[in-house]
Amino acid sequence: MKRHLLSAGDLTRPDAELVLQTAAELRSLADRPIKKLPALRGRTIVNLFFEDSTRTRISFEAAAKRLSADVINFSAKGSSLSKGESLKDTALTLEAMGADAVVVRHWASGAPHLLANAGWSRSSVINAGDGTHEHPTQALLDAFTMWRHLGDLDGRRVAIVGDVLHSRVARSNALLLKTLGAEVTLVGPPTLLPYGVDGWDVATSYDLDAVLPKTDVVMMLRVQQERMNAAFFPTVREYSRRYGLDGRRMATLQDHTLVMHPGPMNRGMEITADVADSERSVIVEQVTNGVAVRMAVLYLLLGGSEPALASSDDHQDSEVAGVEQ
Amino acid sequence: MTEYLIRGARILGGDPADLLVRDGVVAEVSSSASSSGAEVVDADGLVALPGLVDLHTHLREPGREDAETVETGTQAAALGGFTAVHAMANTNPVADTAGVVEQVWRLGREAGHCDVAPVGAVTVGLRGEQLAELGAMADSAARVRVYSDDGKCVSDAVLMRRALEYVKAFDGVVAQHAQEPRLTEDAQMNEGELSGRLGLRGWPAVAEEAVIARDCLLAAHVGSRLHVCHVSTAGSVEIIRWAKSKGWPVTAEVTPHHLLLTDELATTYDPIFKVNPPLRSAADVEALRAGLADGTIDAVATDHAPHPHEDKDCEWQAAAFGMLGLETALSVVQATMVDTGLLDWAGVAERMSSRPARIGRLHGHGRPVAEGEPANLVLYDPSASRVVEASEMASLSRNTPYVGRQLPGRVVATFLRGTATVLDGKAQ
Repeated sequence: MKRHLLSAGDLTRPDAELVLQTAAELRSLADRPIKKLPALRGRTIVNLFFEDSTRTRISFEAAAKRLSADVINFSAKGSSLSKGESLKDTALTLEAMGADAVVVRHWASGAPHLLANAGWSRSSVINAGDGTHEHPTQALLDAFTMWRHLGDLDGRRVAIVGDVLHSRVARSNALLLKTLGAEVTLVGPPTLLPYGVDGWDVATSYDLDAVLPKTDVVMMLRVQQERMNAAFFPTVREYSRRYGLDGRRMATLQDHTLVMHPGPMNRGMEITADVADSERSVIVEQVTNGVAVRMAVLYLLLGGSEPALASSDDHQDSEVAGVEQ
Repeated sequence: MTEYLIRGARILGGDPADLLVRDGVVAEVSSSASSSGAEVVDADGLVALPGLVDLHTHLREPGREDAETVETGTQAAALGGFTAVHAMANTNPVADTAGVVEQVWRLGREAGHCDVAPVGAVTVGLRGEQLAELGAMADSAARVRVYSDDGKCVSDAVLMRRALEYVKAFDGVVAQHAQEPRLTEDAQMNEGELSGRLGLRGWPAVAEEAVIARDCLLAAHVGSRLHVCHVSTAGSVEIIRWAKSKGWPVTAEVTPHHLLLTDELATTYDPIFKVNPPLRSAADVEALRAGLADGTIDAVATDHAPHPHEDKDCEWQAAAFGMLGLETALSVVQATMVDTGLLDWAGVAERMSSRPARIGRLHGHGRPVAEGEPANLVLYDPSASRVVEASEMASLSRNTPYVGRQLPGRVVATFLRGTATVLDGKAQ
């Protein structure tokens, strides 16, 4: 694997499969009474959040702590209008503190790319969501969740529905799922599909009802509040009628089809409560899997070359790669 | 005043000739001129062109002297072979009164590196609401003829019509920054497949083309001169070609960077490549070169836009738009137009000197290299080559997009009314 995880497109198929396998090993930890491994003892991981995201931050924090890393949370709120400390100065500060990895969430597309390549810091950079660009660990946890339920993703059909235009989740998922052999269909009103999407090598559709009966996974995207009044669609109700997943539409799915959502949901908008809370919804499991996948990513990026878990059950004493250095 | 005897220069790339420069004019052009008191400049292998004229420069003074001053910007211009630059109006305070344009003009005269022709703002404060005192600026010592809200588009159709009409009284021209504001809110890069992939808000070609089409129709309707700034799309070239085919009084410019660079560079997320209008596709670059070659686009203009380091050393979305251009313009034009066989040196002289001088009504510039003409000259070595380094720029700023790139050619000497502003590649 590369030293940074900036885009889901950075991952080759063997890379992605290694993350999923490692995550599977680490996930078993969640069922044990003691949920901690010494793998990253003495390493420092900084969660650098320029944008609010409690869910992603605590997921990364839990992942790092379960690997015994020291975690520093650095919240640098600001926007393009109210510039606080510059990204460069923040990076230099973290470098001076000796961070081994920086998990970065930023409102600007490409900010993690800059952090990794501008020469400001030597840390590994993990993109935890940048602007409307990418969110690769979300894609990995989504793929992991699908993989646990459906097995190999080769030839599996995944529909990603909603505001694709502004969704970093959709971009990362489209890239990763293609790498893993799945067939992706992006579904939404034409105003919310990116210009030039024809060149993405994925299918697109404006007709949710036509896509649902054939798909193995339906992933609903959140519609951001600020889009609702920006003429991307006439009204919230019309959006719900045409692109919301409700009980009637759920009835047209195949029995094995999964319903996913990266959260947080607008219940009653893109997804109704009865669907979100149904048997086929794996939305809560996505959160659990998120911790395992992020553990796998941190472990692999910070030098783990041996299996994450020793075969012995007595993992307290096991020597895991990455402790030295 | 020093006399110069320029030996063996190829005027517009023609056969070698000697030029005697005396008292601010070209006193003699012959196969072997001589003058006992003259300083000899060996121009063997060098091309002699009329001093270049830039219709579009941001000198940043007054207001942003941390990015550029009239002194440093005009020195950069001279080193690039320019003898006249038009200083854009988006300073602070905005150049929307006779007072400000006279200040910029006077600073240019005091610096002495090249002539500075201030551009007057079309509207007060560039706000697009009310016409600035265009006549006062025309009548001032700065003798303004080019008016532009560059950086902002005069998007209101009525205001644009009135501006076009009004400047007829003093033979002015409105230079439009064509950018439909609503279609480009928070836009970051050319809208194409790449903008979607990179998650950067798209800047559609139509936002430029729609305004150009409207303005061409307005210019025809009221019979006024329209100049289109920094044309960047194939569609814009087609619209201007159509307008010219009707005989309408429309002229246009293209920047060197739009002749060379494409939106592919945005994949680096390095804001050094962030510019307004944005870098476009390879097909657009081809169309711009063809348009410049066939005369649809009249002029190359640099849109030299200096920015301090911190405004470029940040996230793409937070970074300022613009790139340096004065010191690399002729090299980029050689690479994209001459070395590709699209233009000869006479064509370059026309696009970078005579036509822009005519558009800006700068009477002493853009003249033929001939006896009795003002000695505004540049000597250029097309066989030289260099790797661009930001630290070598005379500009106060460092935001050149060509760092590390090999570019052909070198400006050896520049003469402003017979005075050497550059000799042996060095500012005098």
